[in-house]
Amino acid sequence: MAYVASATLVPAALAGDVRAIARLLTRAENGTPEARAAFDALFAKTGRAHVVGITGVPGSGKSTLVAKLAAAIRASGRTVAIVAIDPSSPFSGGAILGDRIRMGELGGDPGVFVRSMATRGSLGGLARGTLEAVDVLDAAGYDLVMIETVGVGQDEVEVARAAHTTVVVSAPGLGDDIQAIKAGVLEIADVHVVSKCDRPDANRTIADLKNMLALGLRTDGAAWRPPVIATSAARDEGIGEVLAAIDGHRGALEASGEIAARRAAIDERRLLRAGEEILRDRFLHDRESRVAALLDRIARRELSPHTAATRLIAELGEHA
Amino acid sequence: MADSNERIRVLIAKVGLDGHDRGVKIVARTLRDAGMDVIYTGLHRTPEEVVEAAVQEDVDVIGVSILSGAHMTVFPKILDALRARDADDILVVGGGVIPDDDCEALKARGVREILLQDTPPAEIVGMIRRVVAERGAR
Repeated sequence: MAYVASATLVPAALAGDVRAIARLLTRAENGTPEARAAFDALFAKTGRAHVVGITGVPGSGKSTLVAKLAAAIRASGRTVAIVAIDPSSPFSGGAILGDRIRMGELGGDPGVFVRSMATRGSLGGLARGTLEAVDVLDAAGYDLVMIETVGVGQDEVEVARAAHTTVVVSAPGLGDDIQAIKAGVLEIADVHVVSKCDRPDANRTIADLKNMLALGLRTDGAAWRPPVIATSAARDEGIGEVLAAIDGHRGALEASGEIAARRAAIDERRLLRAGEEILRDRFLHDRESRVAALLDRIARRELSPHTAATRLIAELGEHA
Repeated sequence: MADSNERIRVLIAKVGLDGHDRGVKIVARTLRDAGMDVIYTGLHRTPEEVVEAAVQEDVDVIGVSILSGAHMTVFPKILDALRARDADDILVVGGGVIPDDDCEALKARGVREILLQDTPPAEIVGMIRRVVAERGAR
């Protein structure tokens, strides 16, 4: 079986060929050097899709919400791609990706594309290659691209710097724990969803969130007020409202012109991250020679890590 | 094309009216611990859903667990659906309770390997690595 060049896959992916899209997503995940030019070509074709991030603590119901939302998006006549992220083992590097379990009813619909990604050591709730994967799906013509983050704790807000609209899912019954996540996650939500509202303690979670929002933590002056929407997958309630809020948020971004600022913020973030990745790869590549010499000097306490890093970067410039 | 970041991707599937998923979860865990990315479909999938998922996930291997006796129907349907999608570089392996004669017939039909009950976990890992290496890059 011969290797299919990434350049060959680009026109097929742009035409919506599922195999070509899937193959390119694998190369995005692996950071395949051969695919770099292909991603550049695809990036030029991006900018049409509405990128929606779905985040929340583990077990809050993200996958279930994503599956229901995807069905609602299809019912509205649009297509949707989903990038669902689960954690990699810090020990073996392997992963069990279980987000598809909740998405069974989407099977066989050509207007839905689901891809599972493992974090592979990436922090912040996204996986390595997630943003390139979103580019591929955007360029391939999906109307919405949903990023379902790994289950987050307190500080994994990376998705808000990758998505136009961020949905934070909270589950009832977390009691005081929910207070803890609020400081980090409340600020990134454009739409709040309280899942499992068939449970009696859901009202308290809804009230907690509304009270926190009333305190006005969001100080960016935007006109958009994040709604708090109760959903129940068991009773099939609230999904239409969530989709309406997601669409409403996109409309508000367009109307206020804030969409340009969001896009610029995403671009800036990606530029910085790409720079960090390039430097890290070069560092690791040079581990044998220059890095090893500097590490020796750090070990002897002749150089601080900071000064050594400054020298390394200066040397990289000379050898670029 | 060798990438240091490459992972073997395996889709683990349960097909049809077969609710026995204890074994398949252990297999998934074993492959995870061997450093592979394992996508689990959940129960009661159709062969077509399994193939569609495998194509979207760009997996190297589909592993189907069958303890219902429907193997002579399920495996050929998966193999045919893969061929119809021009995706027969995705390898199909099986596990479960399958009579020896049927195993031979299924392998002749295109199932790459079948491991039955009492297979040690390390053997499953070794088999997946071997069939992926035999197929080569794609």
